[in-house]
Amino acid sequence: MRFLFKTDYEDDIRLFPHSGYYVSYGLLLAVLLIAPYVLSSYLMSQLVFVCIYATVGVALLILTGFTGQASLGHAAFLAIGAYTAAYLQKYGVPFPVYFLAAGLLTGLIGALVGFPALRLQGIYLVIATISFAFIVEEILARWESVTNGNEGMRIKAVSLFGVAVSRDSPTFYFLCLAVLVLTIVGTLNLLRSPTGRAFVAIRDSETAARSMGVNVALYKVKSFAISAAITGFAGVLFAHKLSFISPEMFTLQLSIEFIIVILIGGTFSLHGAVLGAIFIVMIDPFLTYLKDDMPGIIAGIAATFGAGTQAAANVQSKVAAFASLNGLKGAIYGIIIVLFVLFEPLGLYGRWLKIKLFFQLFPLYKRATFKRQKIYVKSERNR
Amino acid sequence: MLDFVQQLVSGVALGCVYGLIALGFVLVYKATEVVNFAQGDLMMLGGFFAFTFIGMMGLNYWVGFAGAVAAMALFGMLAERVVVRPILGYPQFSIIMATIGLGYFLRSVSGMIWGTDDFKIDTPFSQGVLRIGSLVLAHDKLSVIAATGILCALLWLFFNKTTLGTAMRASSENMLAAYYMGIPVKRVVSIVWAISAAVATCAGVLLAPITFIHSNVGLVLGLKAFPAAVLGGFGSIPGAVVGGVLIGVIESMAGFYLAEGWKDVAPYIVLLAVLLLKPEGLFGLHVRKKV
Repeated sequence: MRFLFKTDYEDDIRLFPHSGYYVSYGLLLAVLLIAPYVLSSYLMSQLVFVCIYATVGVALLILTGFTGQASLGHAAFLAIGAYTAAYLQKYGVPFPVYFLAAGLLTGLIGALVGFPALRLQGIYLVIATISFAFIVEEILARWESVTNGNEGMRIKAVSLFGVAVSRDSPTFYFLCLAVLVLTIVGTLNLLRSPTGRAFVAIRDSETAARSMGVNVALYKVKSFAISAAITGFAGVLFAHKLSFISPEMFTLQLSIEFIIVILIGGTFSLHGAVLGAIFIVMIDPFLTYLKDDMPGIIAGIAATFGAGTQAAANVQSKVAAFASLNGLKGAIYGIIIVLFVLFEPLGLYGRWLKIKLFFQLFPLYKRATFKRQKIYVKSERNR
Repeated sequence: MLDFVQQLVSGVALGCVYGLIALGFVLVYKATEVVNFAQGDLMMLGGFFAFTFIGMMGLNYWVGFAGAVAAMALFGMLAERVVVRPILGYPQFSIIMATIGLGYFLRSVSGMIWGTDDFKIDTPFSQGVLRIGSLVLAHDKLSVIAATGILCALLWLFFNKTTLGTAMRASSENMLAAYYMGIPVKRVVSIVWAISAAVATCAGVLLAPITFIHSNVGLVLGLKAFPAAVLGGFGSIPGAVVGGVLIGVIESMAGFYLAEGWKDVAPYIVLLAVLLLKPEGLFGLHVRKKV
């Protein structure tokens, strides 16, 4: 393993800890750039969704992971971005302009939500953001002159420099990837700036941050605005990818999915947002696999272990029946959330760190390194 | 005027159901600082249990009701033991996520077991109406109001007159001190969960004739019960019921007097306003932070 000696403050705030990161991220980027010429169109489509979800995940991380302000209303920000894009596109505004406009408008609304949120903490903030999301959903459904109500809005393909970019083309994927990479690099930069440090200070202890001279109110509002703006950008891409938007796409369910993204990825690192996005987008293909191929495989295994043809066919049909149950996806979501909260609170990225540390320290790895401290029931009521 | 009273009564009836669900939130929150996002789904599951006992097995209404309440009380204990106890005391965010996960799971699994149709329970009150002058009040709505009153009285007696209730109040006040005084806090917490699941079941069964039972009813009503709990101040039992009634009345008035669409958002607008003006709710305590 490589030991990092940090001898001055500059070392502490570098974008990447050491030069090895440039190599590995460069390789990853290269793989992602040739991906559209290798993968099937279905997987490419999923990859675009991964980019969009990861962008929202990063946005949510800034707010929830680094500033400590939980939000269950991010679907509303996504919707505002998507609808702004659809509305402006109708009037012939070029893509770069409405892309930026959507982000700005969403950021502005995010700041407006941030102001009332200043007085709220913990559960009250969660409920306030849920209420905000409901109100936005209802406005989208009722403000028919702008949003077309429940009939939804069509949105045409992106036109870049006069060329239409279809939503399945590699160019669109590159666009989403570029937005994701810019978001991640921007966020890394943000986090090493005074603003980002103030965010983390607020998360760790509001009182301590305030006594260090951090203007808590200002930074909370900033955090809301930045997070919302990024989500708004993602919303534009989301609208283009789906090519049709309607209010019932931006429900609480979607907000919860975003929270799952950062929960499963790990709420303390940007890697987590990407890993979580991959996870949540790949559940659908996984379920399809479960439905189509899994029964056959299990029957094959049963046959190898000496079960008769009749019994194997029996097993196959039973597994198939189970896999095509209606609410299976919801049940899997539920179980996964509970299991992650109970057993892997650091998320997938935390698991990766543990594996890495195990090999670095072998044979001296101690499980207790990552053990959660025993906490006595601390009252958030008395905060 | 007649319309107004009519709307008022049905608003109060609906509000009582919200209040009952909110009561479950508040009981659990008071005792353990856990916000149970799965409360609405516990209600839904209770309704399904009652449907199984009454509609499918053909038991007497009251027997089935009691059976469902007992089964759900056990289920509440189980859920507490499996999902909540290991993470008690960890940040709110983890606990909220765990209960959201539990809710997801319950919703999908009950959809798998009972299907996605609407179900209906025949109650002794389904048909009758009470006429006062030209005012027509359905029995099922009145039964909800009466049952809420009875449940509140029972809970009040339980919390204030029994040893167990006192132990619960003590452990909600200060868990560590309660440990030191020899109160078996863990057991108390699982009993609290049992009670809150039982209360939720009552709400589910009483609601069955008004809105039918289906697997998503819990989500919808649970999210309406949140404003109720917050409006009343999250830690206050009378506050939950009053908040529920207020939300119910606001909703039914908004549905009657305002344009379409207001009905669904009015509770949340009121909620946001209350949060802005008085974040601790109408009955909540304002606790100063001491450093």
